[in-house]
Amino acid sequence: MDFLADISNAAPEAILAGFGLAGLLIGAIGGDRISGLLRFLAVIALAAAAAAAVVQFGRGESISAFASDPLAPDGLYKATMFTIFAKVVAYGMAAAALLMSGGSLKTAQMERYEYPLLVVFASLGAGMMLSANDLMTLYVGIETLSLSSYVLAAFRRDSVKSAEAGLKYFVLGALASGLLLYGSSLVYGFTGGTGYAAIAAAPESIGLTFGLVFVICGLAFKASAAPFHIWTPDVYEGAPTPVVAFFATAPKIAAVGVLAHILFSAFGTHAASWQQILAIIAALSMLIGAFGALMQNSIKRILAYSSISNVGFALIGVAAGVEDGASSVLVYMTLYVVATLGMFGGILALRRGGKAVDQVSDLNGLVKSKPGIALGLMVLIFSVAGIPPAAGFWGKLQVFTAGISADLLWLVLVGALASVVSLGYYLRIVWAMFMKPPGEALDRTEVSVGLIVALTSLAMFPVLTIFIQLLLDAAARAAGG
Amino acid sequence: MTGPLILTLTTFLPLAGALVILALRIVGGPVMAGSASKGIALLTSLVTLGVSLMALAQFDPAQAGYQLVDHAPWFGGSSYKMGVDGMAIALVVLTTALTPLCILQSMKSIEDRLAEYMICFLVLEALMIGVFCAMDLILFYVFFEGGLIPMFLIIGVWGGKNRLYAAFKFFLYTLLGSLLLLAAVIYMSVVAGTTDVPTLQEGLHPVTGALLFPPEVQTWLWLAFFASFAVKLPMFPVHTWLPDAHVEAPTAGSVVLAAVLLKMGGYGFLRFSLPMFPDASLLFQPLMFALSVIAIVYASLVAFRQTDIKKLVAYSSVAHMGFVTLGIFAFNEAGIQGAIFQMISHGIISGALFFCVGVIYDRMHTREIAFYGGLVHRMPVYAALFMLFSMANVGLPGTSGFVGEILTMVGGFQASTWAAAGAALGVIFSAVYMLTLYRRVVFGEMTNEKLMDIKDVTLLEFFILGLLAVSALGFGVFPGLVFDLTEGTTNEVLRMIGQAGQ
Repeated sequence: MDFLADISNAAPEAILAGFGLAGLLIGAIGGDRISGLLRFLAVIALAAAAAAAVVQFGRGESISAFASDPLAPDGLYKATMFTIFAKVVAYGMAAAALLMSGGSLKTAQMERYEYPLLVVFASLGAGMMLSANDLMTLYVGIETLSLSSYVLAAFRRDSVKSAEAGLKYFVLGALASGLLLYGSSLVYGFTGGTGYAAIAAAPESIGLTFGLVFVICGLAFKASAAPFHIWTPDVYEGAPTPVVAFFATAPKIAAVGVLAHILFSAFGTHAASWQQILAIIAALSMLIGAFGALMQNSIKRILAYSSISNVGFALIGVAAGVEDGASSVLVYMTLYVVATLGMFGGILALRRGGKAVDQVSDLNGLVKSKPGIALGLMVLIFSVAGIPPAAGFWGKLQVFTAGISADLLWLVLVGALASVVSLGYYLRIVWAMFMKPPGEALDRTEVSVGLIVALTSLAMFPVLTIFIQLLLDAAARAAGG
Repeated sequence: MTGPLILTLTTFLPLAGALVILALRIVGGPVMAGSASKGIALLTSLVTLGVSLMALAQFDPAQAGYQLVDHAPWFGGSSYKMGVDGMAIALVVLTTALTPLCILQSMKSIEDRLAEYMICFLVLEALMIGVFCAMDLILFYVFFEGGLIPMFLIIGVWGGKNRLYAAFKFFLYTLLGSLLLLAAVIYMSVVAGTTDVPTLQEGLHPVTGALLFPPEVQTWLWLAFFASFAVKLPMFPVHTWLPDAHVEAPTAGSVVLAAVLLKMGGYGFLRFSLPMFPDASLLFQPLMFALSVIAIVYASLVAFRQTDIKKLVAYSSVAHMGFVTLGIFAFNEAGIQGAIFQMISHGIISGALFFCVGVIYDRMHTREIAFYGGLVHRMPVYAALFMLFSMANVGLPGTSGFVGEILTMVGGFQASTWAAAGAALGVIFSAVYMLTLYRRVVFGEMTNEKLMDIKDVTLLEFFILGLLAVSALGFGVFPGLVFDLTEGTTNEVLRMIGQAGQ
């Protein structure tokens, strides 16, 4: 296969990489003055990458590229239907997060041309790690995502909290990368290959299991699953809100997707070794996420714990194994990240005198000052909490069904308990918005933010309640291919 | 979608009304939408009542099974399937008939954010109707749990002082129960490959024809369903959310809570637990009898000690729901017919009692029993109506309360003499607490000066209470109106539980 064919097979990543490099040049010449333009172009590039991935999805089969390497006969790059689905969502979320960040960037004096490019590179990394068919490609993808993320987290250089968030993220992230690399080397040592196909074909051995455990730890860190979740609340709180809106959506579905993908494909034949681990990680994440948020007052910290908990729910689907769980993971994560994007839109709308606020008490009486945002946020919160008729319920139904099909009833019951506990803090937010007297007046909401909140909440209810079958079909197709 | 669509229309009409108000609220602002919402909400609920009465007219009681079925594919093994039997249509009409009264009452007593209140109320109505019409377990679950959200808002936004605690308790208690229900529903859908209620009621696999759930599995599923319905009903010992929710909710919220939401528990037992898990139901009969009797006796005693009128009525609801479970788990015609009748009758009577409390609360803004006294001197009409409903609550012959209590006890007596004897104690206790309440609030000298210029019921209040009084007496004298309707349901349930011959 020649180079051009390889590139066209990896079109989504190629578009992003090309734009990122070109954008760096443009930015270097134009400087921060053209950051608005670059942001706009980045949204288009991400949308184009998503569209390219949709086209690939339409082909209905796995797509390989860069297969000429003798060390990796099966190809370094292989986009399966499962990962293409996750990529479409991830790119879409990244584009939407960029779209609604404009006003906040301006007030926080973060209008630098690097910002949209870093988001693009991070998305490129997310896409690469999803499409990896080899532990090497996986590592490169993860590092592309991670390094961009560290910088993004510390993007407000003058803010101590932001710098702290970046440093914490970096130190812990480096540790996780080390774990992943160490695990990869063990796997290589005991199977003689780094390609997923070679690993899947290798016989069971204790060394392989060791390597597998390290790989899972490294990936669980990226997905912020407990007990590797410690960084999440601090990074969410410290990093600028538009950045967190990105962190909480695109890389999240990519990380859970890649964890599911590598376990289902490379380690699919060794399922007995990891199913229990995943079940325990899922249970811990759900419980820690649910209980951890109860005493928090910062909305961003609450959403951080909520993301830990929700990743736990999605991992029920991973623990259930490929036959029962694959499509449920995609359904759950898609519904979760879309709702989360909308919730961050709601937080971006919370500005008082040009300053961002993020305490639960700042939401007081939002229904009086911004009834539309309040209503939208309520729908999104009930969706993330999985209360019908909001769409998040269907995600919960899917992962619970997968869990019960795979005889993981205990895990489902833990999930039920975590749902009730987490309702405690979700309801607190609703309580503040609807039942408290309003505080000082908030600034005007930007059109793009209002639009994202409106669209996501409409999608969560009622559109998806009626057309849920479309999403389920797409996910089932992704899981089947 | 196939079917006559009349149930779909009944269910979603209130939602349409809510959407209109929402649109007005966005376009016209709170003041304009507030005044317009009164008319729109009332009109919507009246049209819904009309449509549900048309459905009742089309319903043929002589025919067994589900009627007026609407069916559309939805996703996976679930489908959008709505249909009713006699019990369901009776409860639907109870819901649609009470809602206009609640809306009429709320127009006067709710001042803050009226448009939003009406939206919540109409959404709640839609979800309540949906619960009784859903013939697919997942669809049922969506309506069942979805109803928590508007009720949470009604209690939380328009409730009393301690509304935060009450609203959270209401939500979390009910949610914990329903998540266990959800786990059981998912298990059933995995095993059976469908969540169609009639299929699951037959208990045989749709393809292979094998028995779906062997007795030991039934036991666990039954317990999961029980967790949900027992909280909703509520049964002892998970009833503690109810008094709090009732006390804090605004009057109309209390009315629907007592009149309709509690009935979902009894409905769930009759629709799901008994037909789908007959072996487990038989196994747990002693437990249910014990809990019913405890609920009846204990709640009655607790009611007697209350100082808050609403709390007293709330505990009396717990006791009356004990009769419902007693009748259901008697597994005979008298018991089940009586239980369904008791649900309808309690809907009318407890709704009326909460309206009665609302009348004096609107005037004095307190529900302390000690605050009142001698109301008969200033409010003769109110005293007469309150007397009627108190007597109906006690179960005086001639009122609908009597029919339900006596039948459930007859049914219970056939199954267990001890249970019936225990329940009979409750009848006496109910007279004790209701008469005491009535004496302390209505009779005696008027000593509290603040009560001196309290006014008798307004025309609107008289209209609401009068209608309910007519129904309470009407069903008491002509209970056959309900029995004819629900006989089919009872026979079906008995057939499925395999006890029809006994």
